[in-house]
Amino acid sequence: MGVGIEVKALNAWYGSNHTLQDIELTIPANHATALIGPSGCGKSTFVRCLNRMHETNPVARVTGTVRIGDLDIYHDISPVEIRRRVGMVFQRPNPFPTMSIYDNVCSGLKLNGFRNRRELDEIVERSLRNAALWDEVKDDLKKKSGASLSGGQQQRMCIARALAVDPEVLLMDEPASALDPVSTSKIEDLIFQLKSQYTIVIVTHNMQQAARVAEKTGFFLNGRMVEFDSTHKIFTNPSDKRTEDYITGRFG
Amino acid sequence: MNRNRGRNLRSLWRSGVDHLATGLAILATILVVAPLIAIFFYLVYKGASSLNWAFFNQIPKPEGEVGGGMANAIVGSAVVLLVASLFGIPIGIGGGIYLAEFGRGTKLANAVRFTADVLNGVPSIVMGIAAFSLIVVPMHHYSALAGGVALGIMMIPTVTRTTEEMLLMVPHSVREAALGLGVPNWRSVLSITLKTASPGVITGCMLAFARVAGETAPLLFTALGNQFWSVSLNHEISALPLQIYNYAISPYDDQHRQAWAGSLVLIALIVIAVSLVRFVTSRGTLKGAS
Repeated sequence: MGVGIEVKALNAWYGSNHTLQDIELTIPANHATALIGPSGCGKSTFVRCLNRMHETNPVARVTGTVRIGDLDIYHDISPVEIRRRVGMVFQRPNPFPTMSIYDNVCSGLKLNGFRNRRELDEIVERSLRNAALWDEVKDDLKKKSGASLSGGQQQRMCIARALAVDPEVLLMDEPASALDPVSTSKIEDLIFQLKSQYTIVIVTHNMQQAARVAEKTGFFLNGRMVEFDSTHKIFTNPSDKRTEDYITGRFG
Repeated sequence: MNRNRGRNLRSLWRSGVDHLATGLAILATILVVAPLIAIFFYLVYKGASSLNWAFFNQIPKPEGEVGGGMANAIVGSAVVLLVASLFGIPIGIGGGIYLAEFGRGTKLANAVRFTADVLNGVPSIVMGIAAFSLIVVPMHHYSALAGGVALGIMMIPTVTRTTEEMLLMVPHSVREAALGLGVPNWRSVLSITLKTASPGVITGCMLAFARVAGETAPLLFTALGNQFWSVSLNHEISALPLQIYNYAISPYDDQHRQAWAGSLVLIALIVIAVSLVRFVTSRGTLKGAS
């Protein structure tokens, strides 16, 4: 089951570059929340702060609190552990090139020492079904490399891989931006189904996509969150002039 | 009409240049491969006639007598190279992992990288002297162990630098994928990054192995050589390059012939060992794996 996310006074830096400034935000559990904004506005940095991937960059720094469920992720838990609870799907599909489809999907479990064969089989099937990929790959699960799939299939495999560790939150950083329209719509259908079980945060450049999949939308600009409201409100009647300018295509 | 002719001339000139460039590339390829093939055929020509069963299952005959073989040298080379690989490859790979994954940009890493490059250029006889003073002198006698360590030290820089290069070629996105799954960094380095880079790392190890397999100088005052059977790490041991060297400078024709045969066998064994490792490690590679 998904859990809610509460962000307070979040600031993030890359070196001397202050990329996120005083973000305050509450993301509801078991919903999809979209983050939109022009390139370089800090939305990717923001999601990377939610699973502490931000700090894997040696020059990165972060202050403030992020509560996921009842955990303060910067104090109560190690970065490695929080990433098992907060899954992430990246902009470009990043399969492990030497592994089969099967091993790719259960890599998160296997690499953490989980060895029960029968349970792994079940988890792989369930994750691939959840990622709407099972029927396309079930015959060569262990024969084919994950890198041999098409781009859209690879991305769904990466989603299955993230689901296999049974996270509470799924972060998606422009998951469809490198894909063709057919694959994109498959991923969107998937997000629609998954949000009943997981809390989903999706970064997107595509405003139609945000409107299609998310109940809530946040608009980022220059490292600040300008507006956060229901998606319907943001796209039909935004309260901030800058949001309106962005969604009507006056800049960005 | 005139313009047409100009165009024809130009395309003629272009295809001429194209053919010329292709021809030059083919010529360069031939020049690269020719010495290799020449050496190999000359070895076969000189050495094959002296190859017989005795060569592989007998030890050298006493000086002046005809016959005998290099069985002890073949086994000795295997022992020394095994010690060298067990010593040099883990240290080399460990160093490469440090350079690529943990020490990136640090002063220590730069120092290690520089040292490895210098070590790569150190003449092999100097490696022999180093192993002599480090192992032979304290132990008070020559040994297979000392020879193996001398060759192992020679393997380290090649293995370290290729491991580093190959790890750096693994895309950042693959590392992020592992970290994003909540895999601890050390586990990600060993099971994901190193595994992804493994074909290149193995090539580096094989290069280092093949290079030291033919080394004579570092063995001269470490393993020393032995006319008799020995597989003990604690005693002098024979090795193919040593035996070839001893026979080549001897006054007897039969020993010259055996030196040729030994050279042929040495090259053949290196080729076999490298192909075997390639075969074993390429099994289980998946369809479409990059």
